[in-house]
Amino acid sequence: MAEFALPKHSKIVKGKEYHLETEAANPKKVNVYRWSPDDDENPRIDTYTIDLDQCGPMVLDALIKIKQEIDSSLTFRRSCREGICGSCSMNIDGTNTLACLKSIEDVKGDINIYPLPHMEVVKDLVPDLSKAYEQLTSVKPWLQSKTKPEDGKSRKQSPEQREKIDGLWECVLCFSCSTSCPSYWWNGDKYLGPAVLLQAYRWIADSRDENTEQRLEELEDSFKLYRCHTIMNCTKTCPKGLNPAKAIGEIKKLQLERK
Amino acid sequence: MKTPKTPGITHWKLQRISAIAMIPLVIWFLTSLMLTIMKGYDSSIEWLQSPFNATGLVLLFGTLYFHASSGLQVVIEDYVHHEGLKIVSLIVIKLLSVLLGVLSILCVLKIYL
Repeated sequence: MAEFALPKHSKIVKGKEYHLETEAANPKKVNVYRWSPDDDENPRIDTYTIDLDQCGPMVLDALIKIKQEIDSSLTFRRSCREGICGSCSMNIDGTNTLACLKSIEDVKGDINIYPLPHMEVVKDLVPDLSKAYEQLTSVKPWLQSKTKPEDGKSRKQSPEQREKIDGLWECVLCFSCSTSCPSYWWNGDKYLGPAVLLQAYRWIADSRDENTEQRLEELEDSFKLYRCHTIMNCTKTCPKGLNPAKAIGEIKKLQLERK
Repeated sequence: MKTPKTPGITHWKLQRISAIAMIPLVIWFLTSLMLTIMKGYDSSIEWLQSPFNATGLVLLFGTLYFHASSGLQVVIEDYVHHEGLKIVSLIVIKLLSVLLGVLSILCVLKIYL
């Protein structure tokens, strides 16, 4: 059966508290999920109090401040700090998002930060995405063609054809959507999940790709595609404002047309 | 991902078609329920004696049990991960819905037998 409760060793306990050394006009508590593979401890929530007057505006700024000034052992992924690389995806204030795009101001009360839900944790806020990447590879997310380009150099698209991949190419593969999807939680080993299906549709919708039929055939599987029950968490959570649920709907429509 | 492929479009399509078919059928049935059937046994029998009403009811039962069993199938596939238990529950669901479907339809037809 699906597991609804955490195993004993995964139960989260209360961790350390780090207080401000001086009075601050604008203090904020940040509760962060901590777990390390190096000891036998259960995961814990550490609480850091930071002075917002001395911190950048985004949640990622707060995390970087904590790592630099309070606790260098805090582990998280980050790179571009502007919503392009998709590295700093995590669960903030109950929603999967990118820490660099989430404003501290938007969080009422304490900031609660957890890793992406229902993934194996490598350490602290770093989830193991290797299976998700494997699934991404399985849909061959690159242009496939049999013919040569007409002028021998580039494959041309009309503005209308190009418009069809708007709302798809912007995906930064942060997997916020897939890890927010209950269907992906229960059947993540077989269901491809919204992030990968959006990528699959990005190539199906691309007029330059010549392998559309085979791509659709690959997806025609009761688990790979049809575990989407239009729960819509993916669309609600996407930090880039994309609509994976719609992309999945479009794939289903195309399946209907070809059968 | 080396899982054997099982096509899903037919199941997905039939589940939606049966859902759409049930909209008018359920509205019709509920209206009839309020207008005649609630009035008592005699008026219900009279209502059922019309072949149109009987046909509607047979269609409603057929669609209802089909839709229920295909919906439950998805729920079981989603949540039951023990392969043996999954197969057994799927078979039980299918057999039960056929049984109840046939039984309900025969109950309607009994009026003509």
